[in-house]
Amino acid sequence: MHQLISKVLRPALSDPSLDRLHDGAELSAGGARLAFTTDSFVVQPRFFPGGDIGRLAVFGTVNDLAMCGARPCWLSAGLILEEGLSMEELWRIVHSMEQAASEASVSFVTGDTKVVDRGKGDGIFINTAGIGLIEHDQRIEPSSIGDGDVCIVSGDIGRHGIAIMNARASLELESQIESDLASLAAPVLDLLKADVKIHCMRDLTRGGLGSALIELAEAAGVHIHIRESALPVREDVRAACEILGLDPVYVANEGCFVLFAPPQDVDRALEILGAWPATGGPVVLGEVDLRTSGVVTIESRLGIDRRLDMLSGDQLPRIC
Amino acid sequence: MKFVDEYREAGPSREYARRIAQICTRPWTIMEVCGGQTHSIIRFGIDQLLPSSVTLLHGPGCPVCVTPLELVEKAIEIASRPEVVFCSFGDMLRVPGRRRDLLAVKAQGGDVRMVYSPLDALKIARANPTREVVFFAVGFETTAPANALAVYQAAQEGIRNFSILVSHVRVPPALEAILSEPENRVQGFLAAGHVCTVMGYREYEPIAARWKVPIVVTGFEPMDILQGLYLCISDLEGGRHTVQNQYSRAVREEGNRVAQELIGDVFQIVPRKWRGIGEIAQSGLGLREEYSLFDAELRFGVTDRTVEEPAECRSGLVLRGVIRPPDCASFGTDCTPEHPLGATMVSSEGACAAYYRYRAGASEHEGSKA
Repeated sequence: MHQLISKVLRPALSDPSLDRLHDGAELSAGGARLAFTTDSFVVQPRFFPGGDIGRLAVFGTVNDLAMCGARPCWLSAGLILEEGLSMEELWRIVHSMEQAASEASVSFVTGDTKVVDRGKGDGIFINTAGIGLIEHDQRIEPSSIGDGDVCIVSGDIGRHGIAIMNARASLELESQIESDLASLAAPVLDLLKADVKIHCMRDLTRGGLGSALIELAEAAGVHIHIRESALPVREDVRAACEILGLDPVYVANEGCFVLFAPPQDVDRALEILGAWPATGGPVVLGEVDLRTSGVVTIESRLGIDRRLDMLSGDQLPRIC
Repeated sequence: MKFVDEYREAGPSREYARRIAQICTRPWTIMEVCGGQTHSIIRFGIDQLLPSSVTLLHGPGCPVCVTPLELVEKAIEIASRPEVVFCSFGDMLRVPGRRRDLLAVKAQGGDVRMVYSPLDALKIARANPTREVVFFAVGFETTAPANALAVYQAAQEGIRNFSILVSHVRVPPALEAILSEPENRVQGFLAAGHVCTVMGYREYEPIAARWKVPIVVTGFEPMDILQGLYLCISDLEGGRHTVQNQYSRAVREEGNRVAQELIGDVFQIVPRKWRGIGEIAQSGLGLREEYSLFDAELRFGVTDRTVEEPAECRSGLVLRGVIRPPDCASFGTDCTPEHPLGATMVSSEGACAAYYRYRAGASEHEGSKA
């Protein structure tokens, strides 16, 4: 995916906003600073522990806007329905979208629906786009990450990916692992209201923490150093990862983000994030320096540094 | 997490590393057999804690890596048939055949499914009686009992639309093959803990005695590996060649008898080709005559296919411990996880993948021993 974007999409569609490699574009219109983003959702199964495709389609876009430091305001919804999808299921999904929008204080202001022949879609595909307002003077983007910045993760990682994998394959894990799917808008707005200096944020969706950090290190031209012993991974998620041979660092999340802040703002950031249930348990993962450019290293529990590398394709469970 | 965290603690691990340094009076070359151990070593940086006189060679114990190209091609041929649901562990899907892998078959319309157990494939067969469900039965002695159980159950229930494509391999003949190579450098082995949970470790005793190499049954966590190395090097320094069990929390001398009986009921010992190494006598398991109905090679008429291994992939030398991944000219250039020449670059347990993933482009990290 990373290569697809850098080798095919960026060269073809280059624009100064796109080239900033952020979760959304920052635009100005009539004196207002706007954030604009879009995302498409194709999850299977459509209903999973902790959420469904409708809720995901709302919070996914809301979170991308929040990562730009914007207050999410307006969303569009594009639904592609496969012939044969039951009305009951569609109703549940749409109801879930409505409820999520209300929780995140955003409105659906435009939309479109298409039906494709049976076999030409996977039940339902949803695209949402969103516009948010940037109501502060900070520049929250990869290029603002600087020497000495502290890297904070908002909560425990890996729950969404394992919940989906479990729902798909009925792994019969002892404990029910729910997706961490949540709106990140409120905690981010709280940080901004308290004037915490935020240099950059990124939600840890597909590819997880590892991919997000590598993308940011490359975009910012910095070295990010984190500690394995600091990684917050819930016990049951870690056990599932051990069994399947997966590295939680690369497992997807839907309610978790990393934040880069100068050292003097770290304590306040931790306190504010810790007060929200969705981001309970924020921890300091590591620091930024300029030793090398575009590299993330992780210190193993034995105190040895190794480089984190971008995964090629999805992680596949091992044989034994 | 219990049974994991206590074996990853830095203090005791460093203490073992210190004790290894204390007892080492000469250079020693030790092979860890299992790919899971290789990944632990590279991921946690265990090799960098060792004195420079200890060289670790990475062994052939990655089932995905040693599955011969021929069998991958057979899998691709069977998976491409319209009536087939081809089920496989995730690891095997990205292993390159001559022109494509199983994921490409899926992208081109084949019904290729990732499952977590052969019993899941059997479930799919029960639920889809009009389809031919094939399971890619790959692995060492560790996965053999579950595969044997799936075939046994299919036979008991009279499920006719289920078969397995067998590529089972056995560890002991592979160790003998490595030791009998003229260019062999291995002086001691860390045997694969999980294989020994099934098979026990009596079958290693004749190997240790005949070739005068110590063999230590070893687990997969940093402390396991360092303790295994300590035991192995103690033997080497003392001129002994015993079989020891470091992984006693999981492995008994006699292994798991029930699992062994199940394997013996369904499978028999056969010669088997290893990718990059060639055929090794008695190194595989194949279905017994009475279960040949469940043999996918016979069912789909692909027994006679033969494929030569490509010359440019030197994974055979890596698997035999003759070279290490970074010694290969193609490593990280012509051969990457995106465009692998061989399976060692693909599998989550492959040595080349471990080096690429954890030491990628970081030659400055290489060789900085503590």
